Amino acid sequence: MSDDIQTLLDRLPRLGEGVLVTLEMTIGGAILAMVVALALGFGSRTRTLWVRGPSRVIVEFFRGTSLVVQLFWLFYVLPVFGYELQAMAVGIVALGLNYGAYGAEVVRGSVNSVPRGQWEASTALNLGQFHRIRRVILPQAWALMIPMLANLLIQLLKGSALAYYIQLHDLNFFISQLRKATSDTIFSYSVGLIVYFVIAYLLTLGMNALEVHFKSRLGAGPTLREVLRVAPVPTTEKAGAA
Amino acid sequence: MNDSIWDWDTAWDVLPDLLEGLKITVIATVVGMVIAAILGLIIALVRRSGSRFITVPVRFVVDFIRMTPLLVQLVFAALLLVPALPPLAVGCGVLGIHYATYMSEVYRAGIDAVPKGQWEAATALNLPRGRTWVAVVLPQAIRNTLPGLGNYAISMFKETPFLFAIFVVEMFAAAQRYGANSFSYIEPLTMVGLLFLAVSYPTSLLVRRMEKRLA
Repeated sequence: MSDDIQTLLDRLPRLGEGVLVTLEMTIGGAILAMVVALALGFGSRTRTLWVRGPSRVIVEFFRGTSLVVQLFWLFYVLPVFGYELQAMAVGIVALGLNYGAYGAEVVRGSVNSVPRGQWEASTALNLGQFHRIRRVILPQAWALMIPMLANLLIQLLKGSALAYYIQLHDLNFFISQLRKATSDTIFSYSVGLIVYFVIAYLLTLGMNALEVHFKSRLGAGPTLREVLRVAPVPTTEKAGAA
Repeated sequence: MNDSIWDWDTAWDVLPDLLEGLKITVIATVVGMVIAAILGLIIALVRRSGSRFITVPVRFVVDFIRMTPLLVQLVFAALLLVPALPPLAVGCGVLGIHYATYMSEVYRAGIDAVPKGQWEAATALNLPRGRTWVAVVLPQAIRNTLPGLGNYAISMFKETPFLFAIFVVEMFAAAQRYGANSFSYIEPLTMVGLLFLAVSYPTSLLVRRMEKRLA
């Protein structure tokens, strides 16, 4: 056991690199997914059939085919057409498109559940389409979306473990290397799972803080600063208690 | 090699392998979902009625399983168990346990959605606690959970390709194996994607209909 820990300590820099790759995939995938989700989410609720139709088809397509298949399709098949992406880009694009499609449903649902009166009021105030969305609808929709987007973010983090199979040296790769070095399966996988859990937990705390922020902007709940200030000991914990 | 990108001969050639794989995929989904449905209910009940000494550790374990990658869990379990158990059994077990943590939330919401009056009525009728659960609360709660069960069954179906990591030859692994032997990945991988879509999209329409009817 102490040998195992020594090996782990020796390999800490490599653990850092692995975590970094996992984080790059997760954050990159999440940003792309958010862009895709907003575009397809709003696209699938416009009146124009030429926009709505393709948006729905794309969403259903990426939701209906498996993430694994999409990732390996991009990795093996895309080069045949002459587009060779770096492994990292393949990972980010696959995660972004897949979870973007799930996110599009979240965006669509949340925007649709902003009360009808808000839409009518912004028409009555003669707000343009853009201002209506940006100033009235989105601030309310965010507060509804964040909990569901937080779930998707964790799913995305978990999906990024596939990176190992497209030859990226992510956290999953580190775990298997650690196992080879220590030949102790239980130790190395426990360490790896704990690191994944810590990352997921921190991401959840961050998303909960965002939720508090968006809710307080609507005047429904304390501001993030208040939450953090009032809390006695574990400050971030308090913000996370949603 | 051939000039055209898509070769129908290859496509027909690989189809039997893929259908064979689809069978494994469906088996893994069904067995996994049965485990998830039963274990999820047990978790939900334990978390509801146990003392803090039980609920706090259970909650931690559930969060831990839910927040760590299925892929890593699969490989971990397979490394520990595979010589003793066949990979498919390990895969079904891990899928079932992973999704049980999600299902427990669905059950919890379903139980919470049972109106308070039902509990009060059961108390008023002097029903014992066990009868209250089995005859009054659960039948209503499970009705609420059916759409959630369907949705998670679909997403489990789409996560079965992770089983390739523990050498279960389901649909995706069959395609990958074919691709590795013949160097043509386009047809097998594209067809696997379309087969997933062909199964999961109609099922999701059915679940949506069920959602509307039960709502």
